[in-house]
Amino acid sequence: MTEITSNLERKLARGEFVLTAEVCPPKGTDCSDFLKWSRTLAGVIDAINVTDNQGANMRISPLAASLILHREGVEPLFQITCRDRNRLALQSDLLGAAALGIRNVLALTGDHISFGDHREGKAVFDLDSVQLLESMKVLESGFDLSGKKLAGTPSFFVGAAAAPEAEPFELTLFKLRKKAAAGAKFFQTQAVFRPEKMARFADAVAPSGVKIIAGVLLLKSAGMARYINKNIPGLTVPDEIVAELEQAANPAETGVEIACRLANALKPYSDGIHIMAMGREEVIPEIAQALK
Amino acid sequence: MIISQQKPFEEILSALGDSRSVFIVGCAKCATVCKSGGEEEVWQMQEALTSSGREVTGSIIIDEACHMLRVGRDLRSKQQMVDDADALLVMACGAGIQSVSAAIPKKTVAALDSMFLGNIKRFGHFEQKCSLCGDCILNESAGICPVTACSKGLLNGPCGGMDEGRCETDPDAECAWALIFARMKESGDTLNLVKSSPPKNYTKIPKPGKLKLSK
Repeated sequence: MTEITSNLERKLARGEFVLTAEVCPPKGTDCSDFLKWSRTLAGVIDAINVTDNQGANMRISPLAASLILHREGVEPLFQITCRDRNRLALQSDLLGAAALGIRNVLALTGDHISFGDHREGKAVFDLDSVQLLESMKVLESGFDLSGKKLAGTPSFFVGAAAAPEAEPFELTLFKLRKKAAAGAKFFQTQAVFRPEKMARFADAVAPSGVKIIAGVLLLKSAGMARYINKNIPGLTVPDEIVAELEQAANPAETGVEIACRLANALKPYSDGIHIMAMGREEVIPEIAQALK
Repeated sequence: MIISQQKPFEEILSALGDSRSVFIVGCAKCATVCKSGGEEEVWQMQEALTSSGREVTGSIIIDEACHMLRVGRDLRSKQQMVDDADALLVMACGAGIQSVSAAIPKKTVAALDSMFLGNIKRFGHFEQKCSLCGDCILNESAGICPVTACSKGLLNGPCGGMDEGRCETDPDAECAWALIFARMKESGDTLNLVKSSPPKNYTKIPKPGKLKLSK
């Protein structure tokens, strides 16, 4: 029996409410800010999501950045996408993560390369997220995808992404079921703005037993909300929230209020909250506090 | 059919370099339908080259420029004009261009970019439906190819960027999986919505592709 080394896993297994947050690793080698924020948040957050060339924008390897956190005693949630790696690279990075003691993995397809800063590159997508999850199961059985035996077997706490607000919902549902069947133990969701859609999602996911960590996005202005609606795949800030930010005397503060309100509204339907602070990591403790 | 598009004229001129005399080769099949290398385009090219100070020694439209034997034979029928040219400018797909470069040991210049295997939706309107992956899964995907129609080629359902049945890369494009899902529901054949599709087997498309029929 493998020893459980993930705090996130332990807490979810005990039925405790968890908090995760996204901290984007740097473009470059200077990890001091990344590390500073991660250390600051370590007291309030159960695991830090280390994004993988987020939005197809090239940054330091999430495996390297995850290791930097792990060495500092901060628990990383290593995000790995299929956009930039074929099946060999995916497996070897996963084995690398396991050998370095990184257990939490979020298996993703990845945003399309055309959204990022290297849009002329070749997107890989040799596997999709369901096949990536299945590959992790194969690795955990002591073999690789070609059937060869591994020297040392990895063990992961595996999550997958979900988009509870995407319509038509039934079109997303069959893939969620495939992800659950392929071994996802938790769904970390895209930002949710409508708690009623989260309720529908939680109902649908309940029979699978997969834990839900609901995404909350921190907005700072109406302009940012409009930018997101136009440029970020899978994210839609509803008009009434855009209007609320528009009319706010201090939109940045109102953004925090909205995030706290949403986090509390999503709590009944989830096992945890995932905060995407979009560069305003300093307010994460405030959102965490509001959930108490 | 192979969909192709003419390169910018400046690029063609730059590729011709100091070749002063040019023999032009067009194709009567795909490039004619795409209006990139048919009779009309070859004539226009001839005009454009002449006005930019190059000499055109002659031209030919080959019935299928991808047919290597035919290309060799047809070029021999214009031997003198070909011999008189410093370079051959080929207005055909990449396959056609290479039939020419294989037949004649002379500078061969590509006038077109080859884009995809396309269906003709209506005149002048082409769409890619098939990626020639060598491992056809249409029998499992309700007759709509996700390898091609999905911008990420996902085999197990829509990505997180799908919303309102639209693709994240193009709000005007329908999500391939929305189309597949609708068709599977209609036919009641929904097994592949439950069973996950395994990774594709790329050994089925050797690179470069080769096929020799045995009798």
